Amino acid sequence: MINPTEYLPKSYHTRISTYWWLTRWAYLKFILREASSVFVAWIVVLTLLQIRALTDGPAEYAELQKWLQSPLLLALNAVSFFFVVFHAVTWFNLAPKAMAIRVRGKRLPGLAIAAPNYVAWAAISAAVAWILLRG
Amino acid sequence: MNKRSNEPFLWMLFSAGGVVSAMLMPVHLFLFGLAFPLGWLDAPSQERLLAIVRHPVTRAYLLVLCSLPLFHWAHRFRFTLYDGLQIKHLNELINIFCYGGAVLGTALAAYLLWSIP
Amino acid sequence: MANRITLEVTRYHPAHDEKPRLEAYEVPLRKEWVVLDALNYIKDHLDGSLSFRWSCRMGVCGSCGMTVNGVPKLTCATFLSDYAPGPVRVEPMKNFPVLRDLIVDTSDFLLKLAKSKPWIIRKVEKPLDEEYFQTPTQLDAYKQFSMCINCMLCYAACQVYGLDPLFSGPAAIALAQRYNLDSRDQGAGERLDILSHHEGIWGCTFVGECTKVCPNNVDPAGAIQQYKLTATMEWVKSFVLPRGAK
Repeated sequence: MINPTEYLPKSYHTRISTYWWLTRWAYLKFILREASSVFVAWIVVLTLLQIRALTDGPAEYAELQKWLQSPLLLALNAVSFFFVVFHAVTWFNLAPKAMAIRVRGKRLPGLAIAAPNYVAWAAISAAVAWILLRG
Repeated sequence: MNKRSNEPFLWMLFSAGGVVSAMLMPVHLFLFGLAFPLGWLDAPSQERLLAIVRHPVTRAYLLVLCSLPLFHWAHRFRFTLYDGLQIKHLNELINIFCYGGAVLGTALAAYLLWSIP
Repeated sequence: MANRITLEVTRYHPAHDEKPRLEAYEVPLRKEWVVLDALNYIKDHLDGSLSFRWSCRMGVCGSCGMTVNGVPKLTCATFLSDYAPGPVRVEPMKNFPVLRDLIVDTSDFLLKLAKSKPWIIRKVEKPLDEEYFQTPTQLDAYKQFSMCINCMLCYAACQVYGLDPLFSGPAAIALAQRYNLDSRDQGAGERLDILSHHEGIWGCTFVGECTKVCPNNVDPAGAIQQYKLTATMEWVKSFVLPRGAK
């Protein structure tokens, strides 16, 4: 196939700025959504630390709990909580776009796919909390 | 189908990890990172938690909770480095760091969960 | 409402200019005028050398895509009065090489479009006197994606395309889906081979801007995610099912 560009005298090519994600609110929201993954990784690290401390014994576990009460860790976890909730909400809201489910030929409306996700989220969260808090 | 491309596999892990982190992480972090340290709710004792974690179902659950979200992180972080910082030319290094990190994290989680007495 | 508005328009002549510059023109501000009317006013009354593409001026042909105040727009469907008191900045579509003033080189898109085989592929054609029947439900399965007018606004909005020119891009993938979902088509496998490369669909990070700027609600971002899901299922199938069974 012929690429006409080769025969043109000159054309101007722009380069995208490294900070393009700061130029518009929608882009910033996108990069924050992607950045939530870093906090997801931190929560895994935190979970692994918890498992290790639990195995090591009561003294080690108490020490970890004390560390978690320090202002720095509380601030970090508050920010992480915001990001992981942001991840959950954006994830559930985008799910209907990625799934074109058809029932009797008609595409299910977005809400019909997003809503069960939110219901499951609430039910699973309640179940986890119940297991940890009962007794 | 181009069998050499492993992108579908990585995307599958990314999606599964996205679902797991969305469904489970908010409640876990809220309880262990905020509610218990701040005393909003009574934290379960170390003994009780250990009893819960010892159960094989909990161990499997925790392995999933640690592993899949790491692959989710690996995928997103890789593309954030590609597009956000425009360093795609370092893709081999980035891939090793991201997916290697996820594999190592999974191995570490498996080891820790295995060595619970 | 003031009766005049200033347009800041990109000017670039490949023979004299190192890089594009902005030039301001004052045009009448009329309630029924779109940005394209203002550009035509400039060309007719102020500077006949201003170059830009347009044809139908009614949102059908998809030739007059430009960047208006930073956002990809069809200039025939963008009212001047929405930008009063101005100034309004009119620039060429982003992510394409600029040939002159507001005109960009679209060759790359055309090559990518052809690569995704946007036509009906049949293993065996029916004889000419036989028809391909299609129910309204079967039509509905792909109709949304068939509304694409190739205006390339989605390419101008796509940062991934801007950063990685190998990426197939929104419209080409949406149009591949348009034929994949057509009950008369049998070319889904061929298209998957082409588009499931890393550069094809996997580079998309679902920023979602392509869908926002689409004048015809084609939702290319959705098409790409749905295609990823299909490609993943095919990949799983290629493991689970024995060779050649798919």
